[in-house]
Amino acid sequence: MSGSIQDTFFEECEELLEATDEGLTAIEGGDHDPEVVNAIFRAVHSIKGGAGAFGLDDLVAFAHRFETVFDEVRSNRLDLDEKLIQLLLRSSDQLSALVEVARDGGEIDEAHNDTLLAALDEYIPEEEEDLTFEPMGLGGPAPMMDLGDLGGAPAEPQEETYRIRFQPLKEMYGTGNEPFFLFQALKDLGELTVTMDENELPGFDAMDMAEAYLAWDLVLVTKETRSKVEAVFEFVEGLCELSINGDGDAEAEANALAALNAMFAAPPAGDAAAAPEGEAPAAPFEPPVPAPEPEAKPAVAEEKASAPKAESGKQEQRGGPKPTLRVELERVDRLINAVGELIINHSMLAQQIANLNVSDTRDVETELEGFKNLARDIQEGVMAIRAQPVKPLFQRMARIVREASAATGKTCKLVTEGENTEVDKTVIERLSDPLTHILRNAVDHGVEKPEDREAAGKSKVGEIRLSASHRSGSVCIEIKDDGAGVNRPRVKQIAIEKGLIPENAELTDGEIDNLLFAPGFSTAKEISNLSGRGVGMDVVKNAVTGLGGRINISSAPGKGSTFTIILPLTLAVMDGMVVSVADQTMVVPITSIVETMRGSDDMINSLGADGTLLSIRGNFVPICDVAGALGLYRESDQQAGVYLLVETETGQRCALAVDDIHDQRQVVIKSLDGVCGEIPGVAAATILGDGKIAMILDPESIIAASPTAAAFDTERRMSNAS
Amino acid sequence: MQAEAKQTDQEVKHAEHSEFVSFTVAGQAFCLKITQIREIRRWSPVTILPHAPADVLGVMNLRGAVIPIYDLSARFGLQQTEASERNVVIVVSVHGKPVGLLAESVSEIISINPDDIQDTPPVDSRNTMEYIQGIISHDDTMVRIINLDAVISAPEQVMP
Repeated sequence: MSGSIQDTFFEECEELLEATDEGLTAIEGGDHDPEVVNAIFRAVHSIKGGAGAFGLDDLVAFAHRFETVFDEVRSNRLDLDEKLIQLLLRSSDQLSALVEVARDGGEIDEAHNDTLLAALDEYIPEEEEDLTFEPMGLGGPAPMMDLGDLGGAPAEPQEETYRIRFQPLKEMYGTGNEPFFLFQALKDLGELTVTMDENELPGFDAMDMAEAYLAWDLVLVTKETRSKVEAVFEFVEGLCELSINGDGDAEAEANALAALNAMFAAPPAGDAAAAPEGEAPAAPFEPPVPAPEPEAKPAVAEEKASAPKAESGKQEQRGGPKPTLRVELERVDRLINAVGELIINHSMLAQQIANLNVSDTRDVETELEGFKNLARDIQEGVMAIRAQPVKPLFQRMARIVREASAATGKTCKLVTEGENTEVDKTVIERLSDPLTHILRNAVDHGVEKPEDREAAGKSKVGEIRLSASHRSGSVCIEIKDDGAGVNRPRVKQIAIEKGLIPENAELTDGEIDNLLFAPGFSTAKEISNLSGRGVGMDVVKNAVTGLGGRINISSAPGKGSTFTIILPLTLAVMDGMVVSVADQTMVVPITSIVETMRGSDDMINSLGADGTLLSIRGNFVPICDVAGALGLYRESDQQAGVYLLVETETGQRCALAVDDIHDQRQVVIKSLDGVCGEIPGVAAATILGDGKIAMILDPESIIAASPTAAAFDTERRMSNAS
Repeated sequence: MQAEAKQTDQEVKHAEHSEFVSFTVAGQAFCLKITQIREIRRWSPVTILPHAPADVLGVMNLRGAVIPIYDLSARFGLQQTEASERNVVIVVSVHGKPVGLLAESVSEIISINPDDIQDTPPVDSRNTMEYIQGIISHDDTMVRIINLDAVISAPEQVMP
């Protein structure tokens, strides 16, 4: 589990920031539900609370301002107009940035911070300027329910006596809340007497450790307003039975509270607070007993011991999240490795049984089949643990687009689709950089300036569409902008200038587009600090291929460009076709194979001295001998007679010649990192049923390494004679 | 498979002696410190790594891990070993990673007094010299002590 409380805080911050982003996106989309505003308010407030506890002053100051503006919105004193929404979005970005700085160190962009603070201040009324703040989110400066405004009766600075009946539910302890702190916060408001009500406490043997039995009756004499008193209980709303009765105006306030609850579309918290209101005055209060704290604390501590603390703050997210569990990634990885072994073990067992030479193996085979299914179930289950929705990633990308738009003076909108598509955690982590790059490029180079857009008859606001979907065993991520598209003549000219292609090269449109991925290519006229440092799309391409994926670009002049990233669902297991090449068993990823066929002599056509083409239904595709590409020599007489038709990124087709196809099965990918260096044509290794290791081939690089491709290159493009 | 340990009086007397496993590679006697060795296995055919240098035989499955197998003989610049069932793979751990070394056969465990280790005299066999950290005389034969780090992390073998 994570080492320190601070780590837990930052983990929670991430969730809270996500919740904030999500809420703001909903608001931007026109959803002005008070509960959304509330959810954001609570999230920001929680961040402020934690930050205060750790003395992160910058973060506290910013979150406070941000929260205060939200409080204004919440109490309908501010209209959520477009300008404010944009400010809130940028503030939310800044809040994330501040959290990052607090966590990883680094510099705060003071100027930007101050601008935002000043902009936020404009929305804050004068009197809301106090920055006093207590950690743990108790007695915060922003009143939760400002009844003064609603009830019409302004609170007078006059001593009042509140009788508070407070009965925590067991869930309250489950979220790590501690009555003692609540009482302490109340005590700060005025004179407090606490009486514990232990009437419900059963006998010792009937006691359930996880249950909450205790209740407290509190009498508070204070000059503070009622809302200040209620604010103390803000974070245990819905987690306790609470009634607060002022001396005189119980009736009036109950009505006001009911009205308030109605206005808030009756959140669950409100119900809990309002329900006992009616009957509470009738309930007799115990006479106050002084000095209650020492009494109360041990009982609480005892009950709390059975409730994990890690979940605190979770409840504040909107829409009641499903219960989750934080597990160290390493544990999951160990499990994944073990499951991988289990699958290998199964195929070894199956092979051993087949080798036994027993006449009737039907029963064993049935059981073995059951074993296989179970193993697969476990595997899928374990993989699902690692799989995560791309939503947080996409939300971060929205921020990138906003920042990039602000930096370039363009207006762009990011539309996301398929946010709930689940992808392996590692894939998500490693996708962040390439996506950032592509999106920055889309804003910087893709989308035109607003005036150019208008001239072209498009809406001033550029639209970038980021979508994720599952597509037959792989994940497809698409980034589509409605900009000008790839400026092909210019790209070609630059490629020639940089010596990437010979001057007289004849390129198809697709080939020109793909030049963007060539190392050392950058089209920026001047180097902006956004993109265009010459390490552009080739880095993106490497990152994607490093994940076992492919990236394609398609573009239509004047209409925009689309980047398509195809990724494997998981990095640990894949479906492969087991083939033999020069007496070696190898695996070819199914995803790259378009078609397989057994070749006969009349299908093979020579072209020149060495070139051979395979004719498939009237189409001719070059043949690439896998053995030759890998530098292997056939000892036996066996000829390569089976062809695997594969398609490369550029849409070029090639027939890989292998000796034979044996099987199609799921294989566990074993990285060759640290075992040997990068081998052209080989992606990784796997362990087969007989315990032998087989190489997993990478068709793309085999074709690139084969003489066929080299011939193609010299003939047509890319190879720059020198 | 394991060569039997020779318990001589001398070994009992000198506690500071360290134990080495001696084996033959292309007819010459070599040894490695016993603590460097994880296990010794009988040779079984390996999976060829395409485009690998001549002294990398391929990879082997060691209980679910993929480990590279080097031909010590080729690595030392001697002739390449025709691996057969009689040969052994010595699994060593270098920089925390298991690596297999093909040797002709394992001979015995010898106890060496560090003071008896002689520096390698310069000879005109550079390939071998690089990988030897010293020599010792044992039963009137010369045993070469292998510098494991040099064998495994030699430049052409360590790749990014």
